[in-house]
Amino acid sequence: MCDTCGCNVTSGNRHLLDRPPAEGAGAIEILEGLLSANDREAAHNRAHFDRHGVLAVNLMSAPGAGKTALLERTLDTLTGTLRVGVIEGDLETENDARRIRAHGVPAVQITTGSACHLDAHMIHDALHALPLTALDIVFIENVGNLVCPASFDLGQHANVVLLSVTEGDDKPAKYPVMFRAADLLLLSKIDLLPLMDDFAPARAETALRALANTAPVMPLSAKHDIGMAPWLDWLRTRRAACLPSQAD
Amino acid sequence: MHELSVCRALLDRALAVAATHEAASIGRLVVRIGPLSGVEPGLLREAFAIARTGTAAARAELVVQRSAVRVRCERCGAESECPPNRLICSHCGDASTQLTGGDELLLVSVELLAPAGDEAIAR
Repeated sequence: MCDTCGCNVTSGNRHLLDRPPAEGAGAIEILEGLLSANDREAAHNRAHFDRHGVLAVNLMSAPGAGKTALLERTLDTLTGTLRVGVIEGDLETENDARRIRAHGVPAVQITTGSACHLDAHMIHDALHALPLTALDIVFIENVGNLVCPASFDLGQHANVVLLSVTEGDDKPAKYPVMFRAADLLLLSKIDLLPLMDDFAPARAETALRALANTAPVMPLSAKHDIGMAPWLDWLRTRRAACLPSQAD
Repeated sequence: MHELSVCRALLDRALAVAATHEAASIGRLVVRIGPLSGVEPGLLREAFAIARTGTAAARAELVVQRSAVRVRCERCGAESECPPNRLICSHCGDASTQLTGGDELLLVSVELLAPAGDEAIAR
């Protein structure tokens, strides 16, 4: 039974198909993106970040790839140099926001309920609870999901996608929409690589390149503080690019 | 399933068009969806059947135009069709390509129905 081939049409509901005659009908051409309302809100968010010279980073991955652990290590390392705020997206619980706040960083929790992604409207609401004038970087930790978050612009400046070595190295080929959107790919939990003999970082990178994506690929382990320097350098460089150019 | 969110956005836009033209109802919605849009047409249909209930689009038909994934090679200039997870030039094999189609998520047109006996809807 489907809405595609007509197998759901029965003698009992056939009359519903008898629509009014075609005269009086007009097709109005629209040719507009289905998510244009979201995109307008995202542009508004981005302008807001730009005005404050704040870098906005959208962190995406499958559940459990290590987004929160990466943030915790990143916050501790950046303390005293860059001021960070975090927007946390989860289906339920404030657990992640609590973990972030324990590092002395402002965190807004968006509990999406059953929503599988964050959208620009949610981010806009969350921004009211963040002191943007006192921040340099805002991390948006998206809902753990390699499908839905990729379709929604939030107003971020960059998408950072995590792929943990406990997943398959063919993930970029399986989820092309997500990995095509990545401005940076982090191979997380790299300390477990000796135990994961079926994950080859080179194969993961090859799958990313097959999507015509030239984004940098950085292996790291937040837990064991391995490979964090290139990631932090990338953040500092991207943040510096957000500053209004000085006339003097 | 984010298709329901996409569907609500689609209906909001279509119903606004119907209201502007003082249409009685919506007869047909045409959307164009590419494999790299992140939206599954089958799931969008399911979501549409739920979301349209009780609106002026309650009996509307959703027509999905599928588009192909196409890339243009920056090295040899050729344009080719390719699978969604292999966006490399099928002529020379180079990976420096630009997507020229396949990520569309577009509301193409809305067909409006006038109340029986009314004047035709202005186009």
